[in-house]
Amino acid sequence: MDDLLREFVTETNESLDVVDVELVRFEQDPNNAKILDNIFRLVHTIKGTCGFRGLPRLEALAHAAETVMGKFRDGLPATNDAVTVILATIDRIKEILESLERDQREPDGADADLIADLERIAERTLAAAQKQAVEPARVLRPGEVSLDELERAFRDTPVDPPALKGAKAEKTGKAKPVEEAVKEDDVAKSGSQSIRVTVDTLEQLMTMVSELVLTRNQLLEIVRRHDDSEFKTPLQRLSNVTAELQEGVMKTRMQPIGNAWQKFPRIVRDLCNELGKKIELELQGAETELDRQVLDLIKDPLTHMLRNSADHGLETPAERRTAGKPEQGHIRLSAYHEGGHIVIRIADDGRGLDTARIKAKAVAQGLVSEADIEKMPEAQIHKFIFAAGFSTATTVTNVSGRGVGMDVVRTNIDQIGGAIDVKSIAGVGLSFTIKIPLTLAIVAALIVESSGERFAIPQLSVVELVRARKGGDHRIERIKDTTVLRLRDKLLPLARLSRLLGTDADADREVESGFIVVTQVGSQTFGIVVDSVFHTEEIVVKPMSTKLRHITMFSGNTILGDGAVIMIIDPNGVAQAIGSTVTSQMIVEAAQDRVEETGEEATSLLVFRAGSTQPKAVPLSLITRLEEIDARKIELSNGRHMVQYRGQLMPLISMNANVNVKGEGAQPLLVFSDGARSMALVVDEIIDIVEDRLAIQVTSEVPGVLGSAVIKGQATEIVDVGHFLPMAFEDWFRRKDNPTGARQYAVLLIDDSPFFRNMLTPVLQAAGYAVTAVGSAREALALLEDGRAFDVAVTDIEMPEMDGFEFAEAVRADERYPELPVIALSSQISAESIERGRQAGFHDYVAKFDRQGLIAALMEQTDVGRAA
Amino acid sequence: MTSENTDRNVNEYVTAVVGGQLFGLPIRRVQDVFIPERLTKVPLAPPEIAGVLNLRGRIVTLIDLGLRLGLVREDNGGPAMAIGVEMHGESYGLLIDSVGEVLKLDSAALERNPINLDPRLASVSTGIFRLDGQLLMVIDVDRILDISIHAAAA
Repeated sequence: MDDLLREFVTETNESLDVVDVELVRFEQDPNNAKILDNIFRLVHTIKGTCGFRGLPRLEALAHAAETVMGKFRDGLPATNDAVTVILATIDRIKEILESLERDQREPDGADADLIADLERIAERTLAAAQKQAVEPARVLRPGEVSLDELERAFRDTPVDPPALKGAKAEKTGKAKPVEEAVKEDDVAKSGSQSIRVTVDTLEQLMTMVSELVLTRNQLLEIVRRHDDSEFKTPLQRLSNVTAELQEGVMKTRMQPIGNAWQKFPRIVRDLCNELGKKIELELQGAETELDRQVLDLIKDPLTHMLRNSADHGLETPAERRTAGKPEQGHIRLSAYHEGGHIVIRIADDGRGLDTARIKAKAVAQGLVSEADIEKMPEAQIHKFIFAAGFSTATTVTNVSGRGVGMDVVRTNIDQIGGAIDVKSIAGVGLSFTIKIPLTLAIVAALIVESSGERFAIPQLSVVELVRARKGGDHRIERIKDTTVLRLRDKLLPLARLSRLLGTDADADREVESGFIVVTQVGSQTFGIVVDSVFHTEEIVVKPMSTKLRHITMFSGNTILGDGAVIMIIDPNGVAQAIGSTVTSQMIVEAAQDRVEETGEEATSLLVFRAGSTQPKAVPLSLITRLEEIDARKIELSNGRHMVQYRGQLMPLISMNANVNVKGEGAQPLLVFSDGARSMALVVDEIIDIVEDRLAIQVTSEVPGVLGSAVIKGQATEIVDVGHFLPMAFEDWFRRKDNPTGARQYAVLLIDDSPFFRNMLTPVLQAAGYAVTAVGSAREALALLEDGRAFDVAVTDIEMPEMDGFEFAEAVRADERYPELPVIALSSQISAESIERGRQAGFHDYVAKFDRQGLIAALMEQTDVGRAA
Repeated sequence: MTSENTDRNVNEYVTAVVGGQLFGLPIRRVQDVFIPERLTKVPLAPPEIAGVLNLRGRIVTLIDLGLRLGLVREDNGGPAMAIGVEMHGESYGLLIDSVGEVLKLDSAALERNPINLDPRLASVSTGIFRLDGQLLMVIDVDRILDISIHAAAA
């Protein structure tokens, strides 16, 4: 294709994109002469250029459209119908341009249909205006023809092309000089400021700069080895210049996100017509820039989401009226920079996600069991829309709902290292937030070593680095075959890079120390264990060879400063390898949330064996740490097993007589700590950590065992930790927390779950309190009625019949116990429930599994009582 | 495809030895011959991919021709050599024992593969030339690089 033609096509396409947007604006604001002038000028320019290039089809179309717009300019109303026809004309022009670009000539075909439509509109609008101006609502006299009929006559009359040409010639003859002058003026103004460069040129420039960066890195590496090199100063300068050049070239690749949004007003307008909805589209931050490559990759997902919002999200005007919302729906697209990312949000004020339908579909597709989904919070359920093949629209419309739904969007966004999140409030609206890196070509990466090989981990997904050492603050702990890191009270799943890559010479090697690269992918956080960490480097991402692209662990490779090629780790691939596909990850998250939010229903349990083959379990949250100590370090003192642990003697308690403290090898221990004191339960083997409902079905007479429950399909003894704590701590507690002579505080414990009553009673007794436990608020009130005196009440919130709030209100309402502090125990710690609790008269609010928190709260409340 | 048949039907071949067998590669497909250095092994890669290396700023994927063809490469005292080839804009190196001279051979003398040829060799060979004292097997570079199919079959 010759340069002139190419330039024409590019220029015309750009102009048409602008016309698209402007026309939609004009339709909404028909009195804005400025917009119209702008459209008119653009169309006119297109027409003029087409004539000059000898492109008759384009010219005829542009001319007909221009005529209609000329009428608009003469003050005639821009009806929806008229704008639709003009938009259709523009689409046709685009089609012709496309094949022009491909075949270098106009395609065959006729546009009489569109031109006829345009003519019709031009005439009709004229006629309508005349009707209004000259013949206002007059009854037809006999023999007269109605305007409608006249119009039909116009419509049916074949268009006469020669006449058209004549009209055109006349028109251009007059209008051209003015328009030309305007155009030249524009060129003079902008010509010095911007030039058109092909993308290829920029891409090539980028490649060259990448090479330069590599060479500079190599030089720096060499100079690093020779301390007093005279190259140092010039190299420093070269380095700075390279950095600036890199930045400059990157800047040329940056484009405003508005470029991807350009077609959106038109899309929304067309959807409005198609769906019979009224939608207002608001675009914010269109000037926010990001890399062209990234822009291309998110264009389609964004379009898809916009269509979804218009089609499924927003209701019809009638539905909106019924729901008490304004008829016109609202979609807002916004973009802004945040760190090295761009955040794009698309929000509508529609009906939100249909949680019930997502639930049904998730269960139907076997993504999750019915029992599990019932316990999931809404936000978790909503995330299922990202699962593969998930589309909730029951009817397939031609707008969206083709089965390639949000999963495709998510995949696209994952591929560029982005993350997507959804928030939906039923009846109020739905919003998606996308966070993507600004550029992909040159990224900062952490260079690490594993099994003697170096790898790069993109800095964007690295949260922090943790050094794990045997006996240090952060230690790698093992749960059967899984390794985890306890980091700020969270268990972080770990994966050894060498094992993931199959380069571990000794697969069974004990993992005790190493560097942990804490990595985040979406909402999933995990640790990658490596042997050492070198430094961060700006690396130029080069695609993997097609022969190696199937390896999901790598996203590409790069040449380091010393000339070596290394692989770039793909955190998405690692996340998958760690064993969490989108759905299973969600279930895990849901399970965690469940524990936090509805503790009674599912609990993290540590399953182990001690003294018998039957598994035993204890709530994980009660355990401070899992240890494996060298059995030779166990000492016998005063008839008790002890071990030196973190500078103190820690008593070891055997779970039962059948558990023998080992004489040699590793002894697994469950460590329980309270303040500075620790005790350990000696067990035979730690089996697993599971999430399950804790429902004790058979209570036990055996001391130390609360009863049996079915956990993961197996009958499991639930261990009463409270029974063992005093065996180690008894005397200590008495001495420290309850000095002789001091009164023992009386605690009233209310919980409908016997498990919690059984678990907490000994814990509180061990802490020096006299505990009276009851199973309902009524019983508790009855006790108070009887005149029993308590120093503090601890109550569960969710209870049948009378809940914790009502109990607190009842206590507050009774003048007899104005001083009685009430502490709420709850699995639901939300700002809302705390506020409600305050109103009901709770003195404190403690999470259900927070044993230490409860004791601290008790001490505080009883101290207050003492002071008062 | 026909441009190499300049005069008569003579084609030029770069010859290489792998595991004692002489191979010929059409010269128009050969970019360069180099000694592979600073090879980076790629974990989880198919076994015949020896690794990747940096050749003048390009990342080259090195394919062990011995493993690819089911031959045992021989240590002949000298450094291993690699023949640089390209496919779809990507650079590859074929790891061989030693490189020989460039031969001009008349395509009329190209004989079909014997039917009892090892299928792994047969799948990449376009024919055999009978030279003095030895056979030269002409290999098709595209088929050599078609590793995915081979890996799937293996």
